[in-house]
Amino acid sequence: MKNIKNLFIEKSIHLFLLISVSITILTTLAVIVLLGKESIAFFSEVSIISFLFGTNWSPLIEPQSFGVLPLVCGTMWIVFGSVIFAVPVGLLVAVYLSEYASDKVKSFLKPILELLAGIPTVVYGYFALTFITPLMKWFNPEIEVFNAASGAIVVGIMILPMIASLCDDAFSAVPSSIKQGGYALGANTFEVIKDILIPATKSRIGAATVLAVSRAIGETMAVTLAAGATARLTGDPFGSIQTMTAYIVQVTMGDAPAGGVEYLSSFAVGTLLFLMTLVMNIIGNQWVFKSRIRVV
Amino acid sequence: MSASASENSEIILETKDLNVFYGDKQAIHSVNMQVKKGTVAALIGPSGCGKSTFLRSLNRMNDFVSTARVDGKVFYQGKNLYSKKVDPVELRSQIGMVFQKPNPFPKSIYKNITWGPKINGFTGDMDLLVEKSLKRAALWGEVKDRLHDSAFDLSGGQQQRLCIARTIAMNPDVILMDEPCSALDPRSTQAIEDLITELKRRYTIIIVTHNMQQAGRISDETYFFHEGNLIESGDTKQIFTKPSVQMTEDYITGRFG
Ligand SMILES: Nc1ncnc2c1ncn2[C@@H]1O[C@H](COP(=O)(O)OP(=O)(O)OP(=O)(O)O)[C@@H](O)[C@H]1O
Ligand SMILES: [Mg+2]
Repeated sequence: MKNIKNLFIEKSIHLFLLISVSITILTTLAVIVLLGKESIAFFSEVSIISFLFGTNWSPLIEPQSFGVLPLVCGTMWIVFGSVIFAVPVGLLVAVYLSEYASDKVKSFLKPILELLAGIPTVVYGYFALTFITPLMKWFNPEIEVFNAASGAIVVGIMILPMIASLCDDAFSAVPSSIKQGGYALGANTFEVIKDILIPATKSRIGAATVLAVSRAIGETMAVTLAAGATARLTGDPFGSIQTMTAYIVQVTMGDAPAGGVEYLSSFAVGTLLFLMTLVMNIIGNQWVFKSRIRVV
Repeated sequence: MSASASENSEIILETKDLNVFYGDKQAIHSVNMQVKKGTVAALIGPSGCGKSTFLRSLNRMNDFVSTARVDGKVFYQGKNLYSKKVDPVELRSQIGMVFQKPNPFPKSIYKNITWGPKINGFTGDMDLLVEKSLKRAALWGEVKDRLHDSAFDLSGGQQQRLCIARTIAMNPDVILMDEPCSALDPRSTQAIEDLITELKRRYTIIIVTHNMQQAGRISDETYFFHEGNLIESGDTKQIFTKPSVQMTEDYITGRFG
């Protein structure tokens, strides 16, 4: 009797897991099929070359033009700005957490980092608009209300906890016996960090950076609120831009009639975004994989 | 009587009522010890009796164990290591340590040796230093053609000799060794023992070992620990031939531990 019950539970769990896995795979496939189908429709009207290399993006205003580079440029401003800020600071936070902070400080700081990571991104957008941008304008009133720098800073703050905790994990994976070997040779903490800890974890730090980049690429709400919706191929980070994700939101929110080429363009942008993130994630995973083998 | 011990009786390292605690638990009970310059001291005793704990308190490696607390004094060249004036970082460049498990850095063989001297301001010929240190640790022949390979590619025994080489490269006054041969084959063990015998003319060595023959062969003085207490210490020959405490005799002859 008991055996039959156990067998039933076993089978049910198995089935449940199978269904969960299938849902995940089917969702991914559905996204790819949808993106692919609409993108093909888009590229039957606009050439891939003029899409990928065009420097003018004006899908909603006549004469229409579908050069995606201004959107890519907007995304890149956000990515580079945020990563250049978040990676060094995140690394410092991780170094502090793993080598300098006492257990007491650590037990206080770690939950704060987790809390930061859990704040809805739209709140970060408000934060940028109502705090970061006014602060910047206080230094220089010429700066536009919507600007790339403010968006980059806020995305940097958003991805900081992730980088800090990934680097902290990497540091704690270095056996303490190796660090002790360093101290036993008369090294100070700084020397152990610089010459042992960071070199031993550099591939994992690289992987954290790559993951941070793909998060910054995909970030939408905060960026739309902070950096605006003007697609521009520009070298000025203090003016309004539009990122790829922000454009997709704009179209989906009803700025373009469904079925038209404007509407389809958002799927082409989505496909490009998907490919960019995919490539970054593959590179990142490979880095993590390689580092698992290297550092015991 | 060992020749070096009688010629040179200057005390280089001395503990006075040394107690070590992990949290509330006391691991070392009021140990007094005097090590003469240029000698080899062997610490023996059953597993868990506190040999490693005691050894780590001699170059302040216990600082890195958050629960560890040291009470009492350790004098090195007349200075108390636990006084505020002593910089533990500088101290560790003079009192080196070889650990029980090999712990090379994830760097090349060459850099494993040059890193310590480099950060401590060594400006001489690095290639020469690497060769000399590896030769003395009996590793040179096996690695001279692949100095720039990762130290992780070496076998466990080779890694341990590399760790000894990098400690020697610092030219320390005192070398603390925590069962340095436990991962080595008889041939490398022999090489390390020869090295210790050769080194003791210039350095002072304190070595933890579970191997009674080894303690008998290489040390001038022997210290027998049991449950955190120093039970008996003295000239190695005397400890091994006619110990004055029954427990020491039982341990040495293998009746317990
Ligand atoms: N980090 C630590 N925290 C708490 N207790 C510890 C710690 N390290 C050692 N101890 C305890 O202190 C005592 C002495 O340990 P120690 O490692 O010094 O023994 P040992 O003589 O070196 O043993 P072995 O021969 O097995 O290496 C043991 O009871 C051990 O459990
Ligand atoms: Mg031990």
